Formats: sequence, structure tokens, C-alpha cells
Amino acid sequence: MDKINQICSKVFPLGYKISIHGDLVSGTANTSLGDVALIGTVNQAAVGVDLAFELAGKVLDIVQHSPELPIIILVDTQGQQLSRRDELLGNAGYLSHLSKCFELARDRGHRIISIIYNEAVSGGYLALGMIADQSFALSDAQIRVMALPAMSRITQIPLERLQELCKSSSIFGPGVENYVALGALENIDDAHLASLVESAISNKSTIDNRAKLGHERGGRNMAHTIIESIIKAC
Amino acid sequence: MESLSYEFGPWNILRERKNMTPIIVGVVGSGNLEILLEDAELHGKSRFFVETSVSGFANTWQAVLRDFSEQQKFSNTLITINDGGATPAVVQLRLLQAAQQWKAQYED
Amino acid sequence: MRIENTVGIRESTARQRVLAILDADTFQEYLPPSERVFSPHLKSLGMPVSFDDGVIIGEGAIGGQNIYIAAQEPGFMGGAVGEVHGAKLTGLLERAALRKPAAVVLLFDTGGVRLHEANAGLIAISEIQRAMFNARKAGVPLIVVSAGANGVYGGIGIISRCCDYIVITEEGRLSVSGPEVIESQKGVEEFDARDRALVWRTMGGKHRYLINEAQTFVKDQIQDIRNALMQYFNKPIPINLDTVMAEHQHLGERLRKYGKAEDALDIWRDLGIANPVDIPSLDFDAFMTIANQVRENG
Repeated sequence: MDKINQICSKVFPLGYKISIHGDLVSGTANTSLGDVALIGTVNQAAVGVDLAFELAGKVLDIVQHSPELPIIILVDTQGQQLSRRDELLGNAGYLSHLSKCFELARDRGHRIISIIYNEAVSGGYLALGMIADQSFALSDAQIRVMALPAMSRITQIPLERLQELCKSSSIFGPGVENYVALGALENIDDAHLASLVESAISNKSTIDNRAKLGHERGGRNMAHTIIESIIKAC
Repeated sequence: MESLSYEFGPWNILRERKNMTPIIVGVVGSGNLEILLEDAELHGKSRFFVETSVSGFANTWQAVLRDFSEQQKFSNTLITINDGGATPAVVQLRLLQAAQQWKAQYED
Repeated sequence: MRIENTVGIRESTARQRVLAILDADTFQEYLPPSERVFSPHLKSLGMPVSFDDGVIIGEGAIGGQNIYIAAQEPGFMGGAVGEVHGAKLTGLLERAALRKPAAVVLLFDTGGVRLHEANAGLIAISEIQRAMFNARKAGVPLIVVSAGANGVYGGIGIISRCCDYIVITEEGRLSVSGPEVIESQKGVEEFDARDRALVWRTMGGKHRYLINEAQTFVKDQIQDIRNALMQYFNKPIPINLDTVMAEHQHLGERLRKYGKAEDALDIWRDLGIANPVDIPSLDFDAFMTIANQVRENG
């Protein structure tokens, strides 16, 4: 709970009001551009069917009652909930529904910004963080698909080799700076986060430019070129 | 990973058909391989490039690929292989599958 | 010449699947293997590359109608998504948004993100998702087929449910977390990954069809799959407030009715199936008779 208040007071110095229900946080905040809606998770939430459904409901409330209100997603997740029950009930359906709700909001003029303020892992990060028009993270945020030791076990590649490669490649290792290099995150700048978020709110573009950014930053040398060549082929 | 390359021929039998459609057979998985056959200006020769995840079998590759070349006599043909540790038997099978499809383009 | 195909999807390679599903001689591949667009990241990890990076994309015809198609190769790195593989899928869908084929057919067969390229794979899946939404906004229906041995898992499982339709076979699976991951993180009590019956009851085609996570259930036969796909050509489902609210209501009801179920058998019983234990062993026709009686339409 402390981290959520820290990030809110940092990003919204003009004021905010949040309520926490289980692992779900929601509320509003003031910016110099007007009010924004807040939605997200706390406690390194595991996103399963119930939480995804509740989050989706909040997004739909915003869409129905607050036209074009910018939506700031505050992300702290350990990933998708790993449980038999969530798979039985169709977690894919619930997580995709949440994405659809954000996409609907985007389509109806709501700007979508995400801020990774603690952890962002795998499927939880996909559903909550990566759906945004622009995405920010604190410098000490923990972002990953999987920790290196587990990756070493599964791929059967020695841990030392993985660690060695992480020095020269952003492609698989945990770390905020890797996601910046690949184009998924804005440049890290804790000190100016509030004003950067405000700029992002007033940005109108809804084009997915992550592959282009990844190319410009040298983190992903092939994705952007491949996408463009397929679009433009005769 | 090991990279190998070989050339065999030249073969005097030149195809009439020049612009062949590249042929791909196989899947790069454990114990499997993919083989790509293409036209190339090679003064009548067959050229092989092999990228394999299992090192130390250069002699085996050479023997298998030489046998194949002498059998098929594909001139001006580039054969590129991505190998995930296939046995010689599987390599030969895929080579034959590829050869069949290649020949089907100009044999009528 | 159409090659008579009695083998279905499950036992075929991706290339065989594409050629079998499309009308004869209509396939035009984008970025074929001869163009050598492959992963730059695998060599340093000691892994061999594939010249199509494990996914085939292009266009062709089904029943004379022009469609775009993608097929993941299950035998290459578990069909998993890396930088190049993902970009091919994103490019195909962005192109579809502009050119508007009758449908995009996505033959997924994958564990999700390719760990060797983990970050790039995850971001790629998000980019594919955005491209899916663009294609849908342009009125192009997206149809996922799950018939392969890997199933459709991970982030690809999530974004598959962002498509208009899912066609699934008995052997096919659709889920997010795999049985092995759940077992290794939460213990065998939570999920015994070696209990195949449990895996299929929880994540397999019949269950997904019964709870409407998949719209169509088919035999793994090429003609049946073609027919199932053709019914959806030029029939996009709009994403608007009405359709999303309807889905929200349906998903809410699912939680209310089945949120306390311990096993699929409980859900099937609550659906009104008299002998739920028989479901896995029922043949296609017997299963469909029961399923279409009890199945909820969402």
C-alpha cells in the first residue's frame, strides 16, 4: 500500500484519491490538463479470472460514465494467476476481455498510459502494462518474463552463459533498461515522471510505435523492418 | 554450432529450366533438419552449406553429401541445411524428399 | 492438383497444414525461407535457426475467397514466439487491416513466448495484439484454429481470445498457463501435469467448446476445418460498447455459476449434462449432440 501512495504522490502532485479493494486500486487524480482515471493493481497481484473481471468492470465504468477521460494504469503484478481454477474457468477469455475493454476505451478517445511502479511479469504485464499507448516505469521496477535461473533450467543453457549474453543483449534478461531498449517503455526518468506523464496524456497518436523505437534504440534490429516490408509488399 | 561447406562436381548435365522455385523440406527440431534447394551460378557444381547444432561429424556429412551429389548430379544447385542433430538416415531421407520436389519442377 | 489429405492438422508440419487448407496452387508466401529472414539471437545460444523462424505467413484462397494465413511450426522451438516470428505475425495482420482479405486464418500451435528471446517475444505478442485490433477495426474477421499438439498457450492463448472466432478440435487446447508451469510453481496437488485426462478436461477442445471459450468444435479433418473457416469469412464481429458489455455479462455469469467448481466435471454437470464422466470418451457426433443441447451461446 505504501508503494501505491508513493507513486501516486510522485506522479500526481496536484492531488489524487484512491481506494483499494483486495489487489485492485482505482480512483482519480488531478493534473494540470484536468482529471484522469486511475486503475491498477497492488501487492504484486496475480491476475486471474476474478481480478481481470473486476478490472474490466472498472474500465467499462470509465467508458460509460467519463467520456474521453485519460486512464492511467498503475501496474504491480507477479504475472497471471497460476492455478487450476483460473485455467478451468478460461483465464485467456478474462485477460483478453480486459484488453478489449482498454482497446474499446482507446477507440472512444481515452488516452491509455501505464506506469510500472513495482513488478511487471509476463502475462500480467501483457494485459495491464503493454496495452497502453505509452508506458513508463520507475528505475527500480522489476520487469521480466522469467528469472534467469528458471530460464536456465528450462532452456538447458548454463546460467553463466545467459548472464554473459545479458551484458550485450536486451533480448531475454530481466530489467527495466532492456524493455526501454526494445521499445516497450519510455526512457527512465524518475525525477521528471510527473511532467512526462502529463506530456503523454496530451499526445494524440494511437499508432503502435514500439517496433520503430526498438529499431532506433538498437534493441530490436529486425522487427520494424520485417513489419514494414510485409505491409508494403506488392 | 558448427558450420560446414562442401562443393561437388561439376556435373555436365545442365538443366534446361533456369528459374527454379526454391524448395524447402523438413523442420529444424531435435533429431530433424530443414533443407533449402536453390538455383545458383556455380559453374555446374553442387554447393552445400550446413549449420548444425551437433559438432564433430564433418566426415559423416561429407560422405552423405558426396553420395547424394554423385547420385543426383544437380548442377548449379545451392543446398543449405539447418540441422538440429538428425541422424545420417534422416538426413538422407530429407535429401531424397528435397531431390524429388526439385526434379518435379523440370522433369515431365 | 489437390493432394488428397486424410491426415489432419495435428500430425502435419506447418507447411503441410497451409497447403492442405488452401485451394490448390493459390499459396503465395511472404518472406519465404529463401529470403533467409531468421532469428539473429539463436546462434549465440547454440541453437540452430529455421529460415522462416518457425512461422509461415502469406495469402491464398479457401473456397475461392482470398484470405491471409499464418501457421506456426510446432516442431521448431515449440512454436514459440521470438522477435522475427512475432514481427511476421504483426506484419501480416497490419497488412490485412489495409488490404482487407475475407479473413485472416491463424493456425496457432505454441507454448507462447520463446524464452531464448523472452523480452522480444513478450513485446511482439503485445504488438500482434494491437495489430489484431487494427484488423478487426478494419472489418477483417480473425479466425484462430487450435488443433496442434502444443496447444495454444501463454500470451498467444490470451490474444487468441481477442480474435473474432476460435475453431478447436478435441486434441486442441487453449489456455494461458501450461500444466507443467502450474505444477512446478504451485505443486502437484494444484495441478498434476502428467494427468492427461485432467489436462484435457481443463484446457482441451471439448471443455473449451462447452463453456464457449471456442465457438466451433470440429474433427481434425481438412475438409471439416475448411468448412468451419468458410462460415466466418466476411463476418467480422465489431468491438463496440454493446459487444464488449455483452461479453462482460457472459463472463460474469460464468464466474457466478461455475466460480466454485472444483473440476470440469462439476461445470459439465451444472450445464445439464447427465453423465459428465462420459464426455471425454464420446465420439464426435455423440459429443456434439449433447454439447449443442446444453451449450450456452455468448
